[in-house]
Amino acid sequence: MQPAPAPGPAPPGPSGFDPGRAWALHPRVSVRPEPFGALLYHFDTRRLSFLKDRLLLDVVRALGERPSARAACEHAGVPAGLLPRYERALAALAAGGMLVPRDGEP
Amino acid sequence: MAQPSEAPASGTRLVDHFQRGLDAPICLTWELTYACNLSCVHCLSSSGRRDPRELDTAEARSVIDELRRMQVFYVNIGGGEPTVRPDFFELVSYATGSGVGVKFSTNGVRITPAAARRLAADGYVDVQVSLDGATPEVNDAVRGPGSYATAMRALGALAGAGLAEPKLSVVVTRHNAGQLDDFKRIADEHGARLRLTRLRPAGRGADVWDELHPTADQQRALYDWLLEHGEEVLTGDSFFHLSAYGRALPGLNLCGAGRVVCLIDPVGDVYACPFAIHDRFRAGSVRGPGGFAAVWRGSGLFAELRRPQDGGACSSCGAYDSCRGGCMAAKFFTGLPLDGPDPECVKGHGAAALAEVVPGSAPAPSCDHSHRTRPRRAGPVPVAIGRRPPEATAAPPAAPCDESPLAGFSPAAPEA
Repeated sequence: MQPAPAPGPAPPGPSGFDPGRAWALHPRVSVRPEPFGALLYHFDTRRLSFLKDRLLLDVVRALGERPSARAACEHAGVPAGLLPRYERALAALAAGGMLVPRDGEP
Repeated sequence: MAQPSEAPASGTRLVDHFQRGLDAPICLTWELTYACNLSCVHCLSSSGRRDPRELDTAEARSVIDELRRMQVFYVNIGGGEPTVRPDFFELVSYATGSGVGVKFSTNGVRITPAAARRLAADGYVDVQVSLDGATPEVNDAVRGPGSYATAMRALGALAGAGLAEPKLSVVVTRHNAGQLDDFKRIADEHGARLRLTRLRPAGRGADVWDELHPTADQQRALYDWLLEHGEEVLTGDSFFHLSAYGRALPGLNLCGAGRVVCLIDPVGDVYACPFAIHDRFRAGSVRGPGGFAAVWRGSGLFAELRRPQDGGACSSCGAYDSCRGGCMAAKFFTGLPLDGPDPECVKGHGAAALAEVVPGSAPAPSCDHSHRTRPRRAGPVPVAIGRRPPEATAAPPAAPCDESPLAGFSPAAPEA
């Protein structure tokens, strides 16, 4: 059983998440857009999570095609000042197993 | 495509979004049939006999197609006893093959070792076996003779097949509230996860609720037990009315009726929640134009439920933010106003309100598929004098809405 993402803002520099490397949605995660953002369901852990805004959804959708999480944020149009916040959100998703590193890429 | 780069409104809680409704339900219960081999005294759907109007295989498949298009992650299948439908396994495979996960509730009657192996091979299936007593005496008095043995046999078959974490699903009653540790032990012995849900006065449950619902002392002990066990025990968000004791229990702690939850019954009627099979809460039919999506998105009843609710008589109570007035269906079927206290309000307001309900004035269920023949029953049945003859008061609870993913779900995370 995977732990749920920690409530509230994640602490800075959470272990295990490097925004400089390539990430992707776990292949068993389904994403459903909602007016507030999106719902995520992990068919292995049977866990539900959510994306709190549409911009984060754009980031998550871009993850698999960009060389790094940070590049996905930039591609989606996350303002530089908000980057740390979106990276923390991605770190929380990674901690819950929703995101996985893409193997074979730096 | 990039959205305007506004910082998300950090003050908006996810539960507030949920209260306003979602594009599709998170937690959809689908009762496949009213037919059941058992006649449980507290059956939420008054099941027993098949309804000739039940959705046929083709219609059921088209409902699944629609759930796939709406990206409903999984469906909670119940009944009646869903496995007695000849096309049950076909429909399960069709759903999981479409990417719609299946969690189904069963009394275990069809869970043979071969069936268990088939289910275990499908990574999108969860199984809940119902048991309402940790001993045959307590269980069979509610669910019928032999039902304890049937459930245990099914749990054994599932464990033997290696199905990942089956659920042992228990409706907490006055007679089993003292057996929680025993239920936990039974679950642990079978590699299962315990799931406790609330006894609702819906269906035949309305006839036995007075005698079977936990006492105030039992409710308090249940609350403490649930807090002690945290997320290892599932509740389907069943006991959010107990949050008024103080600390919130794991889960969303809101009534999801028509907002994140709904029910499709065997004939395709859509109701606000699995505990509210009554015309008052009927939102439409999957057989209508536009199918299920049109009901979910266009129902006037659901629009009403998604509007901000008035706490009514409860709004001056300090605990209202915790319990939000409790369960709509529990109020309705005990004759209480929907904007007043839950009948099991932990502050005692429900008991006081119940004392003022004129006997016989509570709404009766709109449909009844109870067996007409005398159920095979060993001992006396604890039933109140009601509109139906006592021999017709028996079958298993419809699957209550299983929100197990929500049990580990923190509405505050992840923040962006």
